[in-house]
Amino acid sequence: MKGYRKYFGKKLLWFVITFIVAVILNFILPRLMPADPVASITGKLAGGNSDASAVAEIYKRYQKEFGTDLPMIQQFFRFCKNAIHGNFGLSFSQYPRSVSNIIASSIGWTIALQLPAILVGWLLGNILGALAAYIRKGYDKVLLPIALFLGNVPAFGMAVIMLVIFGVYLKIAPISGGYAFDMIPHLSWNFIKSVISHYQLPFWSIVIISIGGQAVGMRSMSIYELNADYVKYSRFLGIKDRKIVGYVFRNAMLPQVTGLAMSIGTMIGGALVAEIIFSYPGLGSTMYSAVTSADYPLISATTLIITIMVLVMTFLLDIIYGFIDPRVKAAQFE
Amino acid sequence: MKNTLRQVFHSSKFVAGFIIFVAILLTMFIYPLINPGNPLQQIGVGTFAKPGTYVSLYDATKAPVSTFRLPDAAEKRLGSSLSEEDKVAMVEWFEAVGADISDLDTNDTEKMLEMWDEYYDPSAKPKGMIRAKILYYGRLDKSLKEMGNGDGDSISIAEPNEEGVLEETKKILDTDYVNTKEVANVKTLPLGTDNFGRDVLKELVSATGTSIRIGLIAGIVATLIGLTLGLLAGYVGGFLDDIIMFVTNIFTVIPGFVLLILISYSIGQEQRGAAVVAIVIGFTSWTWTARSVRSQVISLRNRDHVNLSKLSGHSLVRIVLTDILPYIASYVVMAFILQVSSGILSEAQLSLLGLGPKTTEVPTLGLMMNWAMLYSAHTNGSWWAYFPVILTITLISFSLNLMNTGLDQVFNPTLRD
Repeated sequence: MKGYRKYFGKKLLWFVITFIVAVILNFILPRLMPADPVASITGKLAGGNSDASAVAEIYKRYQKEFGTDLPMIQQFFRFCKNAIHGNFGLSFSQYPRSVSNIIASSIGWTIALQLPAILVGWLLGNILGALAAYIRKGYDKVLLPIALFLGNVPAFGMAVIMLVIFGVYLKIAPISGGYAFDMIPHLSWNFIKSVISHYQLPFWSIVIISIGGQAVGMRSMSIYELNADYVKYSRFLGIKDRKIVGYVFRNAMLPQVTGLAMSIGTMIGGALVAEIIFSYPGLGSTMYSAVTSADYPLISATTLIITIMVLVMTFLLDIIYGFIDPRVKAAQFE
Repeated sequence: MKNTLRQVFHSSKFVAGFIIFVAILLTMFIYPLINPGNPLQQIGVGTFAKPGTYVSLYDATKAPVSTFRLPDAAEKRLGSSLSEEDKVAMVEWFEAVGADISDLDTNDTEKMLEMWDEYYDPSAKPKGMIRAKILYYGRLDKSLKEMGNGDGDSISIAEPNEEGVLEETKKILDTDYVNTKEVANVKTLPLGTDNFGRDVLKELVSATGTSIRIGLIAGIVATLIGLTLGLLAGYVGGFLDDIIMFVTNIFTVIPGFVLLILISYSIGQEQRGAAVVAIVIGFTSWTWTARSVRSQVISLRNRDHVNLSKLSGHSLVRIVLTDILPYIASYVVMAFILQVSSGILSEAQLSLLGLGPKTTEVPTLGLMMNWAMLYSAHTNGSWWAYFPVILTITLISFSLNLMNTGLDQVFNPTLRD
C-alpha cells in the first residue's frame, strides 16, 4: 500500500498546485486586460445620466464594493477569502440574487446531465471500438467511417440536429428547458416525468458525440494490441480466443482511461455549449446569459466552478487509474 | 522525401481526407470568382428567405409573353393555392361522411379534388358538425370550383394615367408565360438568406475561408509554442525541463476552454477581431504538442548521430534543425492538423457563447451559427441557415482527421490494416 500512497500523494500535490494556479489565473486574467470592468459597468448603469459628479459617485461606490481601489495582492486575498466562504458577490443581471445562489441552482443540472452522458458514451464507444477491431471486415468498413464522421460533428451541431429531428418534426421530446416551463421544481411524479422527458435530447446528443470519438480511439488501440507479440504467443500456446480478447481489451482500456482524463475538459466544454442549444438550466446556459448581459462576477464564478469540476474529475480518474494500472500496482509491492 | 510522399498518398484514408479538404479549399477560391461581391451585404429585407430562384415580378410583367396551354397547369395552380389547413379540413370532411381515407395522400392534389367532387354534398349535415363549420365547407367548395374551372382567368395591371386615375395597361391571362432568360432580374439563392437577409451560400463560402484561416493561425501559434517548449525541455533537459514540464502539466489539466472564455471576455468585444481570436485559441492549445515533442526528443537525444554531431562541435540550433527535427516532423505535422481542426471548432463554440470575433467585419462559421440560433432558425424550420454550417464544420474536421489517421498509419506501422 506504500507505493500507492506515494502515487496518491503525488497526484494530490499536483491537484493542489494546479488548483492554486487555476484560482490565480481566474483572478488575474480579467484584471490584466486594459479594459476596466468597473468603468464599463458604471457606464451601463449611468446610461443617459450626464451629471459627471453622479457618475463619479457611482464609479467610486462600485470601486469600493469590488475592492478595485485596493492593491492587487490585497484584492487577491479578499477574493480567496470570499471564495472559500462561497461568497462570489451579487449578480448584475439577476440582481439581487447572489452569484453563489445562481450557481448552486444550476450546477446540479450540469452534473446530472454531463456525468452520466459522458460515462455512457465512453463505455459504449469503447465496446463498439473493441468490437470493430476484433471483427474487422464488414463492421469495420461500415462502422469506422460512420464513427469517424459522427465523432467530428461538433457537440452543438449534434444538439441542433437532434433537436430539429426529434423535437420539432417528430415531436417526441420537448425542445428546451430542464422541465416544463409552467412548473415549479418540487418533488412530485409529474415533475420527475417532465424532467426525464426534457433530459432525453441533451443526454443522447452528448452520448452520440462521445461514442464516435471513443470508438475510433479504442479501435486503433485494440488493433495495436491485437498485433502485439503476446497475442501471437498466446495463440501459439492455444489459449482460447475469448480469453485473449479479454487480455487485449484490458490492455487497450488503460490508455483510454488516460485519454478520458485528458479530454474531459474538452468534452465538458463541448457539452456546455450543447446545453445552450437546449436552454438546459445548467452552467452552460448560465455562462451564456452571463456573457450576453456582461455579468462580470457571474462569469468569473462559473469559469472557476467549471475549472474545479474538471480538476476534480481528472483527479478522480487519476486515482482510479492508479488502482487498475498493473504498473502502478506493481510499484506498490516494491 | 519523395518516397514518404508516395507512401502517404497510398493511404486511402489520407487521400480521401485530402480530396475533401482540397475540394473545400477550391470552392473557397473559385466561388467568389463566379459570384463576386461583399458576402455581408444585406440583399433581402426580412428574415430567412427560402432557398430557390427568385424572379422579379415587376420585370416579369414587362417581359415578352408566350402562350402555352399546358394540360396540368390549372391543377398545379390549384394545388399551390390549396393551403395545408384546407387540406386538413378536406380530410376531416371525408372522415365525417365516412369515406375511405386509409390510402389518401394529401400531397396528391388530383386525387384529393376527385374525392372532393365525389363526396362533397352541400346539403349533407354530418353528425356533430357545427353550423359555422358547414358554412366554411360551403365557402371552401365555392373557391375550389372557381379555381378549378381554369380557362379565362386574368389579372389586370393598372397604372395611373396623367390625371392620376388608374387605367388598365395590361391584362395577364392564366395561359401567359415568360422565359426567365428574358426577365431582367432573376436571383438564384441556393441556400436562401439568413436573418439579416444575406445570401447564405455566399456568406458560407466566405465564412469557411475565415474559419480555416483562424484554424491555421491557431494551429501555427500552438505548434510553434509547443514545438519550441518541447524541443527545449527534451533536448536541454535538467532544470529547464522541470520548469517547462511543470507549466505544461498545469495547463494540460486546466481546461483550455475556460482559459479561452476568460481571455476572450477580458479582451472585450471591440478588440476581438478574427486574428486575435485565432491567436488566443493557439495560446490555449499548445500543451499536447509540447508533451509529445518532448518525449520524442528524449528518445532521440542519445542516438549515435546526435552524439556525433555534438562531438563535431555543431551548434545547438544546427543539431536541433538537422538531427532532431526531421525525425519528429511527422508527429508535428499530425499534431498541427489536429490543432487546425480543433481551432475551427473552438472558434465556433466561442461564437455560440457570444465571445466570437466582432460581427461586423467578417463572417465566420461560428458567427453564422450563433445568429441562426439567436433568430431560432432551428425551431422555425429555416434549415438552410444552420445545417450547411454544421455540415461544413463537420466535413472540415472529418477531412483533417482522416488525413491525420492516414498519416498515423503510414508512420506507425503497427496500426496498419
